Amino acid sequence: MPDVVEQIRNVCALGALQSVTAIERAIPIIHAGPGCGQKLWSALSSGNGFQGSGYAGGHSVPCSNSTENEIVFGGEDKLRETIENSLKVMDGDLFVVLTGCTADIVGDDTADVVRQFKNSGVPIVHVETGGFKGNNYFGHELLWEAIIDQLLEDPEEIQPGLVNVWSVLPYQDPFWAATLETIGKLLGQIGLIPNLIYGQGQGIRSVRRIPAAQFNLLLTPWLGLKTVKLLEERFDTPYFQYSALPVGATETSRFLRAVAAYADIDTATVETVIEREEARYYYYMERAADLFFETRFKPGHFITIADSGFALGLSRFLVNDLGLIPEAQFVTDKVPDEHHERIEAEFNDVVAGIPSPVIFTTDGGTIRDVIRDLKFRERPLILGSTWDKVITGELQGYPLSISLPVSDRLVLNRTYAGYDGGLTLAEDIYTVILNSFQ
Amino acid sequence: MAINTRISEAPIRERRLNAITGYSGSVKDLAARTAPGCSITNRERSFSQTSSCSSGCAQTLLSGILDAAVVNHAPLGCLGDSLYQNIAHHYGQFHRNWAYSNVNMISTNMGESDTVFGGAERLRDGIREAYRRFSPKAIFVTTSCASGIIGDDVQGIIDELKDEIDIPVVPVHCEGFRTKVWATGFDAAFHAILTSIVKPPQKKRPERINIINFRGSARVYITELFGRIGLKPVFVVPFATVAELERMSEAAASLTICGTLGSYLGTALEEQYGVPYVKSSPPHGSAGMDSWLTGLGRAVGKELEVEQLISTEKKSVQDELAEVRAKLIGTTAVLGMGPGFSLSYIRVLDELGIKVLYGASWHYDQQYDHGAQPAITTELADRDLDIPFGVGEQQNYEIANLLHGLKPDLYISRHPGSSVWAAKQGIVTVPVMDEYTAFGYRGLVNFGWRIVDALTNRRFVNSLSQRVRLPYQDWWFEQNPYHFLAEEEAA
Repeated sequence: MPDVVEQIRNVCALGALQSVTAIERAIPIIHAGPGCGQKLWSALSSGNGFQGSGYAGGHSVPCSNSTENEIVFGGEDKLRETIENSLKVMDGDLFVVLTGCTADIVGDDTADVVRQFKNSGVPIVHVETGGFKGNNYFGHELLWEAIIDQLLEDPEEIQPGLVNVWSVLPYQDPFWAATLETIGKLLGQIGLIPNLIYGQGQGIRSVRRIPAAQFNLLLTPWLGLKTVKLLEERFDTPYFQYSALPVGATETSRFLRAVAAYADIDTATVETVIEREEARYYYYMERAADLFFETRFKPGHFITIADSGFALGLSRFLVNDLGLIPEAQFVTDKVPDEHHERIEAEFNDVVAGIPSPVIFTTDGGTIRDVIRDLKFRERPLILGSTWDKVITGELQGYPLSISLPVSDRLVLNRTYAGYDGGLTLAEDIYTVILNSFQ
Repeated sequence: MAINTRISEAPIRERRLNAITGYSGSVKDLAARTAPGCSITNRERSFSQTSSCSSGCAQTLLSGILDAAVVNHAPLGCLGDSLYQNIAHHYGQFHRNWAYSNVNMISTNMGESDTVFGGAERLRDGIREAYRRFSPKAIFVTTSCASGIIGDDVQGIIDELKDEIDIPVVPVHCEGFRTKVWATGFDAAFHAILTSIVKPPQKKRPERINIINFRGSARVYITELFGRIGLKPVFVVPFATVAELERMSEAAASLTICGTLGSYLGTALEEQYGVPYVKSSPPHGSAGMDSWLTGLGRAVGKELEVEQLISTEKKSVQDELAEVRAKLIGTTAVLGMGPGFSLSYIRVLDELGIKVLYGASWHYDQQYDHGAQPAITTELADRDLDIPFGVGEQQNYEIANLLHGLKPDLYISRHPGSSVWAAKQGIVTVPVMDEYTAFGYRGLVNFGWRIVDALTNRRFVNSLSQRVRLPYQDWWFEQNPYHFLAEEEAA
């Protein structure tokens, strides 16, 4: 199958500008053509859960708006001028210069331009994210490589219990903000101190204290692995990886036990938390049980179409907590080849022992063709993007948009992570089902 | 200068139309200094915020053609706008009660090795896949900064596939770095349509009118309105079929909702196939609609019928207009829009009794493709009242500064990523998202009532502005809004 993409589900490396926007009071400065910022914001934010411009995003991102002149004669002067004036106009705690295709193809020496500002004490880093170099996951890892190399300093001391949380990709996952808050609360409940880095109330202080953490929690199957390894190399911070985003009781309890075991947290503390949370969870699930067992519209087999960590978490929830049967899981975050086997194994590692075929693709046409060839005896439940509502409609299935692009929902503080997240997902799924006939 | 469809791409607006993105002055000054025989030079900025590029405008039109496909020869991010285009597509389907489908777009997903070895193979794959997956009647290949700088021979690659793919496959040159005027992308799309899709007329159709627009939300009203005088509108380019585009040459006239949008296509159809292009000011508000319909009447020889139509339509809303005007009189506003809307919405607001303190335009064409200044410019300049006017490619920091200084009651804007910033400053904002917002007499009244509602309950704006900060230093608000514009070069 040719490596072309219909119905994009991720963008180019410069998409990392949205990761900068996710850091409170951080300001991206892009050295790129005039349309890059608009297109990437449109895809990652406004067309994906309507996540907004934020503090300094959207059309307020400083940009060299490079044109012919910068291509022919080089864009270093234009970049210098843009940074200089950005510092006068924009009020920020951290400035990140990101380059686009134009600057990287013509070979502007961005490092040299930025160095002059850094030397004068400006909190500024630079990263070469020309779109042709890779996708936004790749760009995001480059961004962290840059921040680690150019900004972070050796800690005075390690803060016991402090955990850096490396999880969902901000903006790419429209639920990122509340997902991080939820992970933070869960870690707090078992006595850890989460450093969430992104979102409300974090900002430059959170970034600067990364080296002081006791360990890095990598809550994804592969994204961020480079980052935590780099932190290990540079600051000797160990990392603990848990691949699935925990959704619902089974997986969240399992996640808490795993983290606690790694961090040497007293079993009794963790079990107390789990018991309390599960009791509350099943108080609500018991209420839902009447509907689940007596509806005429119980969904048939389910399909997930999402980033690997999210797809994993969703499918485990649907199998383990809701008792549904998987049909196929599409993993759309262009997982590097070396991680495929391990991720496939994770999909088979479900408590109920029900395996599911996994298809790695970023191409919506491939997804559509595979789904069309599947045989469903009842209306399938398809958790995917707004693109996938068309094929879901053809199958008379139940669509719920949960991965980029989510353009049919406003996403604010919704998350499917944790105990409450499982309940929210159950609500959302059955809202779609019940709405389909009334 | 006539439109030349023998060349491979439309010249950019900076060269073709003397378009500018940097100016600060007033409507009268602009009109006088861009009058026939005169022109002003662009003032560059030494600080700017991310704007938009031509490929977005090209793709927004082409993705809407019902049975065509778009292959974007670019890295993935250049198709970022396809999400928004899909939303707009669904919006148009909703207005037509049509089934829900997705736009037919493919990215060739250019990577690092393509920038070294060229992206020919990917482009061939992209075109073949588009052909196989969508069975389109035409394929448009949009270019990008990356494909442009590395110099992929898009036409050559397409030519090699001629025997294999028996439909028009057309290059659309819309590299983002070529121009600061994103509307150049409309011209790139129209150039492709004119050179490879539009056919000479087989038969003239005196009842048919091309309406050059975006998603066509007012099509039911326009169809009914035109039907009364024996005319039939065809809405292009989005939601038209390739066959409908082929026959645009057979229409009796072309009209546009936006002079920025319609200039290239309307003028070319007139020059090449004798389809008169109505060069009036756009149909925004009452005077705009008078001018649009009168222009149409003249073009198709139905002056009397149109006169009656105008009078009936005007009369039907005159009481409501007076009522809403009474509520709005004395309100002050700043507006920021593309030039197809900014000048004419100054007049719209005036018709509603709102005083415009400043007009900002996202670019300005010193003349249109038919050679004259935009009609709305001269019409506005002929009034007694002059209005301060500036040009910038949606530079939010300049608008924030203007609003801070002028403290209007209202900010009226068009384009995503603009209105919200005014709201954060505590200024009531009403966006003009749909191109038919203040369409004609009825649209004017409805728009007026929308503004009344927005002014009546300012709770959200007030609360928001008290809790959020703009990303600007205090220093910035002490400067002139056009502080970063270079001095004008002496003529």
